[in-house]
Amino acid sequence: MSSMHDRLLPGRVRSVPAATFAILVALAALFIVSVGQVSPSPSQLVGGLPRMYGLLERMMPPSIETGFLTRVMWRTVETLQIAFVGTVFGVLLSLPIAWFASRTLTPFGPLRHVFKMLISLFRTVPDMVWALIFVASIGLGPVAGTMTILIDTIGFCGRFFAEAIEDSDKQPQEALFTSGASRFSVLTGAVIPDIMPSMINTSQFALEKAVRSSVVLGLVGAGGIGQELKVAFDLFQYKNASTIILVIFVLVLAMEAVTDRLRAKAQ
Amino acid sequence: MTDIIRTEALKKSYANGKPVLDGIDIRIGAGERIALIGSNGAGKSTLLKCLIGHTPFCSGEVATLGETFRASPNKTQLQRIRQRVGFVFQNHGLVRRQSVLTNVVHGKLGLSDGWGAWHQAIVRQEIREQAMEALAQVKLTAKANSRADELSGGQAQRVAIARALIRKPALMIADEPAASLDPTAGREVMEVFSDLVRMQGITLVFTTHDMDHAVNFADRVIALKGGRVCFDLPASEVRRNEVDGVFHA
Repeated sequence: MSSMHDRLLPGRVRSVPAATFAILVALAALFIVSVGQVSPSPSQLVGGLPRMYGLLERMMPPSIETGFLTRVMWRTVETLQIAFVGTVFGVLLSLPIAWFASRTLTPFGPLRHVFKMLISLFRTVPDMVWALIFVASIGLGPVAGTMTILIDTIGFCGRFFAEAIEDSDKQPQEALFTSGASRFSVLTGAVIPDIMPSMINTSQFALEKAVRSSVVLGLVGAGGIGQELKVAFDLFQYKNASTIILVIFVLVLAMEAVTDRLRAKAQ
Repeated sequence: MTDIIRTEALKKSYANGKPVLDGIDIRIGAGERIALIGSNGAGKSTLLKCLIGHTPFCSGEVATLGETFRASPNKTQLQRIRQRVGFVFQNHGLVRRQSVLTNVVHGKLGLSDGWGAWHQAIVRQEIREQAMEALAQVKLTAKANSRADELSGGQAQRVAIARALIRKPALMIADEPAASLDPTAGREVMEVFSDLVRMQGITLVFTTHDMDHAVNFADRVIALKGGRVCFDLPASEVRRNEVDGVFHA
């Protein structure tokens, strides 16, 4: 009886195809080699901890000097302006680009791939690289930051808007097409109302992401509070740096709280 | 009586060569109400699409609202046909997150006076009034501000009829307009539909599986079987055994 069950009993582990096994072994080897090259050695960790403690000690207490706080406040406002303006323009430009890139509604046929590639380019190149490009071309300051956020937002929203357009309810679209409505009319009359909740959600994530990005863009000279942080570290003003880090922390948390509430309301 | 629709030896096949429509000859006069009946796959919906140039056919000729074409209408003909046809689908095809009024206003899209008909808030006042008039005809003015996804199936289908009516069509095409509704709602929708087209002198062609609807709401019943016209009779002359022959092998 038991021998019959033994014959039916599946093995504890499924057999792995040879190719999958080879890939797993290669990944494991790559990991081991990489650990040896880029991860910290125990001596580095042990030696680094006191230095980290020393740095934290020099950062405390955070600076609350009035002139400095006023400057930080204005830089924070600038950061929010960069994020807000960049996101709003980015979202507005994402919509036509997403329409042109969408499989189901594009007026450009196979040329839609050009727009898809444009969105991919904007999304895959990191925002710090865009910031460097804009600082080099436009010059130092918040305008370079705004342009960076704009491009980054198109990359982010363009992809999600295009997917939402493709997944939207087809029946109203068919009804409007049948009555001779143009693609633009179908987009505005049927598709946008249908995907509006998803668009609002995506735009809020984009704004959240933009605030986080605009904080660090200043490190390469693209305006905002990051620029102040870089100056503080460059001049070894660690107490100023800790104040800025705290402000960044509060700013990002507040933005997340606001967008979470907006999202909950939009549901 | 003027022909609103005329087909001659209309043939259409699937890509695999299987015929869907196999030599259809029909004539439909102005103001007539026609029920197209037949089992699934008999070619009813395909015939409707061929009549308004939504799907090309292999051979034969179609004349709809004075536009004569072979295979498919040219762009201008298609535009002219679309401007004079109202289409009602089995699934109402309303934009769920929009108001009933906006959905009716959508019926103006594609027409020369339909600029801004994406939303009731931006369209001309005259079109908003026409939309309310169309809603009054289907007895749904009280729901003008409701969202389409708050309506029952029967109400949604009546809004779809209002959306077609606002176009002031000469021809109304309805593909199983009551199929997704319960019997009471289905009958209600067909009553409203049939009365309105009769009062306004609109030609109506609808497909149905429901013989009661075909006999009660049409003047003439055309039965399709295997892509051919099985019979074409005044509704009052349709007999049970003839219908059985359409739906059974």
